[in-house]
Amino acid sequence: MKKLMLGNEAVARGLFEGGCTFVSSYPGTPSTEITEAVARYKEVYAEWAPNEKVAMESAFGASLAGKRAFCGMKHVGLNVAADPLFTLSYTGVNGGLVIGVADDAGMHSSQNEQDSRHYARAAKIPMLEPADSAEALAFTKLAFTLSEEYDTPVFIKMCTRVSHSQSVVEEGERVESVKPYKKDPAKYIMMPGNAKKRHPVVEERTRRLVAFAEESEINRVENGADRSMGFITSSTSYQYVKEAVGDRYPVLKLGMIWPMPEQKLRDFAAKVEKLYVVEELDGFIESHLNSLGLSPIGKDVFSILGEFSQNTVRENLGLPVPQGTVAEENVPQRPPVMCAGCPHRGLFYVLAKNKITVLGDIGCYTLGAVPPLSALDSTLCMGASVSGLHGFVKAMEGAADGNTVGVIGDSTFMHSGITGLVNIAYNNSNATVIILDNSITGMTGHQQNPTTGLNLKGDPASKIDLEALCRAVGIERVTVVDPYDLAATEKAVKEELASGKPGVIISRRACALLKYVKHPGPIKVDADKCRSCRACMKIGCPAISMQNGKAVIDNTLCTGCGVCTQLCKFGAL
Amino acid sequence: METKNVMIVGVGGQGSLLASKLLGRLLLTRGYDIKVSEVHGMSQRGGSVVTYVRFGDKVYSPIIDKGEADFIVSFELLEAARWTEYLKKDGRIVANTQKINPMPVIIGAAEYPEGIEEHIRAAGIALDAFDALSLAEEAGSAKAVNIALMGRLSKYFDFSEEEWMQAIADSVPAKFLELNKKAFLLGRNA
Repeated sequence: MKKLMLGNEAVARGLFEGGCTFVSSYPGTPSTEITEAVARYKEVYAEWAPNEKVAMESAFGASLAGKRAFCGMKHVGLNVAADPLFTLSYTGVNGGLVIGVADDAGMHSSQNEQDSRHYARAAKIPMLEPADSAEALAFTKLAFTLSEEYDTPVFIKMCTRVSHSQSVVEEGERVESVKPYKKDPAKYIMMPGNAKKRHPVVEERTRRLVAFAEESEINRVENGADRSMGFITSSTSYQYVKEAVGDRYPVLKLGMIWPMPEQKLRDFAAKVEKLYVVEELDGFIESHLNSLGLSPIGKDVFSILGEFSQNTVRENLGLPVPQGTVAEENVPQRPPVMCAGCPHRGLFYVLAKNKITVLGDIGCYTLGAVPPLSALDSTLCMGASVSGLHGFVKAMEGAADGNTVGVIGDSTFMHSGITGLVNIAYNNSNATVIILDNSITGMTGHQQNPTTGLNLKGDPASKIDLEALCRAVGIERVTVVDPYDLAATEKAVKEELASGKPGVIISRRACALLKYVKHPGPIKVDADKCRSCRACMKIGCPAISMQNGKAVIDNTLCTGCGVCTQLCKFGAL
Repeated sequence: METKNVMIVGVGGQGSLLASKLLGRLLLTRGYDIKVSEVHGMSQRGGSVVTYVRFGDKVYSPIIDKGEADFIVSFELLEAARWTEYLKKDGRIVANTQKINPMPVIIGAAEYPEGIEEHIRAAGIALDAFDALSLAEEAGSAKAVNIALMGRLSKYFDFSEEEWMQAIADSVPAKFLELNKKAFLLGRNA
């Protein structure tokens, strides 16, 4: 039966049909729905790991045990998992091992737009790159076959537009595949004596995979009558090329982006007059073609920055570009904001009010950087608030004491904040870490984590005691506050900053969007009492606006959190 | 059939994903090739959001580019103004007249433009603007604004009322079905 499926759901279907039995992932846009969707198949064990390195190593363990296994992550998550990745290339697999990674060209929801294809070449691991949901399903199944046949992990490389586009797929049957575990020290114990013997195996494997790339239909030539130009492309860029030029020119669509064929590329280049490479982000295919002495037109024309579209292709080829009409000249931007009732708002108000330097982290609370709160000073990567804070405080030699904090969410703290906190305690910096515990992984759409007491399937699970954990690593001062209570929050922050010791404040209040959270209902405005002082506007709540000089509450948004009420000196709210 | 393009635009949290799901389900029953492109993650948090729905014999690109949309369904008036450049010359905008202030307007750094409907029409664009929020409230919930808008859009498609109703039944929880059917009909017949 034909179905409409997200690219990510199609990968999940491919995992199911491909006989996968073990999935361990960490959520990250645009990869999250792969693991959420696969968890709905009862034949597949699926979990959220605390971070991507743990996820990949767990998947390795499952593969070692003979099961077909998967781990999924976003592009920056692959950096976290890079350590096991490079050596997994040497050990190879027992049961098939597939690694899902999703890039985010255009940075819809990411801090950089790194190109994960480089990892395939650097770690010498084959990478398949689907261009729609049907390919996402088929390539995921193929990845398991290749993994076991060539004794290697295999990447499925997604991107935002493939992950988050629905297209038509046809479902198939599940295959079952389990191998026995057999102790094999020379293959799985990567100490120098063994690893030296594995490296040539890896190089030979790549040579065999190049032969596969030459023959396989996954790298497909689509003939076109007009050979005045031709395109080598892959992934979503293939779709933009076809949308723009149809079937007129020859196209070589690479479904396996690493390793690439050689003869197939040479043959294609020889039969077209002008050779274009159309690929988002870096000139990855282009540099390979250059290394073969073929000089395509690539990044000179097609930008290294951001996403493409069909108009990008039309423009760069000098074809007519459709035009629309601008009806309104000055349309104000509508940036994402913290939701009405968001527990982070009260805390950021207190930090901004006291002009505190704030090292931030990755999550909904990154939106604390947006006006009017403008409360953040830095955001680098998962965990960098805590470890960055340590370096900042140490290097400032006392000047940052009492006026600097790091803020990190509960899930991010579990991911990579703990080791930073260990460093603060061990190397004794006068640092104040604030854990924003909203009892969920928020930004990626409400995933469970080790602090929530539930697992991916929604079943009860061990729940980390954050207070006890902080004390156990050597932090003596641990305070818990409710960020809806501004006075108590300000008191806690001031006391902690004045203490002269390392400390943790846990700002604890569940995400306002969680279904089980009950709200008191919208705040009422007494317009007669409103003096138009705009004090309530300082918190950047999307539910409050000024109309005709008076504060107005949007009843469809307001949860009644009461943070604005505490700012109104005239009792109007 | 040449590919048709429908953009659904609005403010994160207004329910545009359900609207695209409904449309996708319906189109699948006709055997079209379909692509629906969504926005997840950070942009969803009260920001400007856009969903692309494309259908035809063979659909390549998952997104709709400037000058390509046959329809823009806008959940909010400012968002209708933001995306007009994506409309084809003979395209049509179906818009909710509801206004939601973006943060730059709330904090006084920008102004919500006056006369958006007039400006869009003055640019020669076919605009079908109506108060979908009131119709949704009349049906029983402000949240049904997405379905009321789909009801209005349905006037420009040749699917039968029964086909739309079936797609709604496949897309919303049973306990909200009657409410959503009512919102759809209010939009369709308004």
